[in-house]
Amino acid sequence: MDPKMLTEGIVAGRREAGQLADAFEDLHPPLSEHEALVAADRCYFCHDAPCTVACPTDIDIPLFIRQIATGTPEAAARTILSQNILGGMCARVCPTETLCEEVCVRETAEGKPVVIGQLQRFATDTLMAADEHPFERAPSTGKRIAVVGAGPAGLACAHRLAMKGHDVVVYDARPKAGGLNEYGIAAYKTVDGFAQAEVNWLMKIGGITLQNGKALGADLSLDDLKAEHDAVFLGVGLGGVNALGVPGDDKDGVRDAVDFIAELRQVSDLAALPVGRDVVVIGGGMTAVDAAVQAKLLGALNVIMVYRRGKDRLSASDFEQDLAASRGVRIITNAQPVAVHGNGAVREVEFAFTDDDLKPTGQNFRLPADQLFRAIGQTLIADGLPDLDGRKIAVTGAGRTSVSGVWAGGDCAAGGDDLTVTAVAEGRDAAEDIHARLMG
Amino acid sequence: MADLTTDFVGIKSPNPFWLASAPPTDKEYNVRRAFEAGWGGVVWKTLGEDPPIVNVNGPRYGAIWGADRRLLGLNNIELITDRPLEVNLREIKAVKRDYPDRAVVVSLMVPCEEEAWKKILPLVEETGADGVELNFGCPHGMSERGMGSAVGQVPEYIEMVTRWVKQYTRMPCIVKLTPNITDVRKPAAAAHAGGADAVSLINTINSITGVDLDIFAPEPTIDGKGAHGGYCGPAVKPIALNMVAEIARSPEMKGLPISGIGGVTTWKDAAEFMVLGAGNVQVCTAAMTYGFKVVQEMISGLSQFMDEKGLTDTSELIGRAVPNISDWQHLNLNYVTKAEIDQDLCISCGRCYAACEDTSHQAIAMSDDRVFTVKDEECVACNLCVNVCPVEDCITMVEMQPGQTDPRTGQKVVKDYANWTTHPNNPGAVKAAE
Repeated sequence: MDPKMLTEGIVAGRREAGQLADAFEDLHPPLSEHEALVAADRCYFCHDAPCTVACPTDIDIPLFIRQIATGTPEAAARTILSQNILGGMCARVCPTETLCEEVCVRETAEGKPVVIGQLQRFATDTLMAADEHPFERAPSTGKRIAVVGAGPAGLACAHRLAMKGHDVVVYDARPKAGGLNEYGIAAYKTVDGFAQAEVNWLMKIGGITLQNGKALGADLSLDDLKAEHDAVFLGVGLGGVNALGVPGDDKDGVRDAVDFIAELRQVSDLAALPVGRDVVVIGGGMTAVDAAVQAKLLGALNVIMVYRRGKDRLSASDFEQDLAASRGVRIITNAQPVAVHGNGAVREVEFAFTDDDLKPTGQNFRLPADQLFRAIGQTLIADGLPDLDGRKIAVTGAGRTSVSGVWAGGDCAAGGDDLTVTAVAEGRDAAEDIHARLMG
Repeated sequence: MADLTTDFVGIKSPNPFWLASAPPTDKEYNVRRAFEAGWGGVVWKTLGEDPPIVNVNGPRYGAIWGADRRLLGLNNIELITDRPLEVNLREIKAVKRDYPDRAVVVSLMVPCEEEAWKKILPLVEETGADGVELNFGCPHGMSERGMGSAVGQVPEYIEMVTRWVKQYTRMPCIVKLTPNITDVRKPAAAAHAGGADAVSLINTINSITGVDLDIFAPEPTIDGKGAHGGYCGPAVKPIALNMVAEIARSPEMKGLPISGIGGVTTWKDAAEFMVLGAGNVQVCTAAMTYGFKVVQEMISGLSQFMDEKGLTDTSELIGRAVPNISDWQHLNLNYVTKAEIDQDLCISCGRCYAACEDTSHQAIAMSDDRVFTVKDEECVACNLCVNVCPVEDCITMVEMQPGQTDPRTGQKVVKDYANWTTHPNNPGAVKAAE
């Protein structure tokens, strides 16, 4: 064993550059043309296809697969992108195993769905490689619309509005556009700077101005935005992170998983990114898996994910759980944290086993940890926003908020799963609604 | 974006994809759905005289399948419409009124009597339909009653009926041909002589799709018996392409519009028919297999193809390959190619070796470690290895350049074109021009 694996504490350079490059390579390597044709051939072109019904953006999946099968992946890409302008990213990050591919009739019949996600990537990659933007902007309407947040919802909204001839200003707090596509997804799901390439490609529609480093609250107010624009779309995401609420939560080495994931995506040299030897991740969702798997790939010796409910309640899909297991991550369920121990820095995390009603069973255990990631959910930073429904912005119809002229979509809006593809659908539909309202 | 609009014998449609006369176009409900899905036109399922015919009450279709149960060929014993004439005419009128931009052509089949045609044509004309198609093709059932292919197999009858039709209506007349003949140019020429505005082909091919080996009866089986049906679908496309090409390149029928039918399933199939001379295509089996929505791929694919080729109008596509349809005797015998195996792509299955060694020219060598290489001195460039290779583009035919020596014949490849008509081995060879 490499002695660096055994070094205690949070240290950089646990693995060589070459090992890291291999570890972080594309999770699903792109299909070759031949593979795509063979995969496309398996599609039955179902009527009123279950896959399309399952897709939050209603992509006509049988049609685009048939277009691949007949040698026109560019036409396939148009079919995809006309419904979902971020179809390239969704092809990479969608949990297809719980959406389109789960309901594929070949999954039902044979336990082996048509690989819809990979075919979607084949089509969109083909079109984007040709550096082609397939949509044309309508003549200018003279309307100005502010989009707050350059994540999937904001970008989808901005593109659809720009396509209809409106002028759009997209504000984002971070230095780069893309939102969670750029800062919140495991590196092996979107390699080679795809998130930025996709943003650049999307911007080719014209009529969109990006303003980075502008945060709602700090630099912008909703009232000002409303006054200066004909409409406002809020796609601000969830900027806050839930605390553990246990003693010791503030010790050194305790960190939000989203920050770790964001830093990893932005670092130019993975060998320079420090990681613990014994890493514990608390949470049961995609963020927890992304943090746990990437910590392991960086060279952590032991990575354990701990989730307070039973395995059946894990929100990470079976595919994600298998991925974690195959990379050496251990998942413990029915255990909730009770304390973080250590003198200054975390040394151990103490858990209580729980039953399915989250009642402690009275049995506690400790896990050694020099790094602890919190991944128990994000929250909306709600100051100065329209009315809430629970902990998110209340919306009716296609993202209409309690404030006239203000729409919202994506993770910050109530309803829908917190998925990239759902955000795209909400941004797109809000754009249609804004357009209808402004031009009606 | 290329313009897919077509003008076929004066009948305009937004795209060249029409539904052929068949079950999909038997009634208003279907045709409206087809138009909503994007089809450019329909040929309404064949009308006949009242009282309407009856159909069998057992299976009407048989099929053959490829791997993964892909439907490759369909056979049917259904007859013409079994609904009253008046009902069809009323529905045709309603549909045409609501879809003035789509082509609505009415297929007809009545007995070979002048009065019968004289009677039905004005009724069709009154619906506002764009034209008529004469069903001289159905090979089952109706042919036993002296109609359908029984007419299509006798050029004199075709010419006679076509004349009546041209005499009694101003509507464009398309004659639909049966492939169940030896030379499709004969019935096509008869239609042409009778004044037809166009021909459409092919109708279905006489067929038995299979035999039930438990009861020893052909399929589809009706109470222990079977009758031959009409074969269609992807399996018949090569036959249809050839027949279309034969008419398209015939000097006697130069300029006679052709509606191409037979196994059109994708945009590519349609493009092939069109470059061989078809002004549009008619589709049935693809719609019956996949539903009306299948036309969307045909539209996007043909449009993309034309864009890539720099073609803006379907008229630039139609007939583009006709000058390249030749006779064997005019093929260039000085064109020499050799098979070449791409070792990076080869998966070492050995199918090329088996095919060549057992059934062709022993021109592929196999090493102890399963490396397959072409022996140029034996290769006659037959292409069988290419056809049986499971990996696309792994084996290709590489053209030898003038000046190179063909190791098989020991002769230098020459640049000049030379064919059988002047070959020394041809007893009837004509002397090449000096």
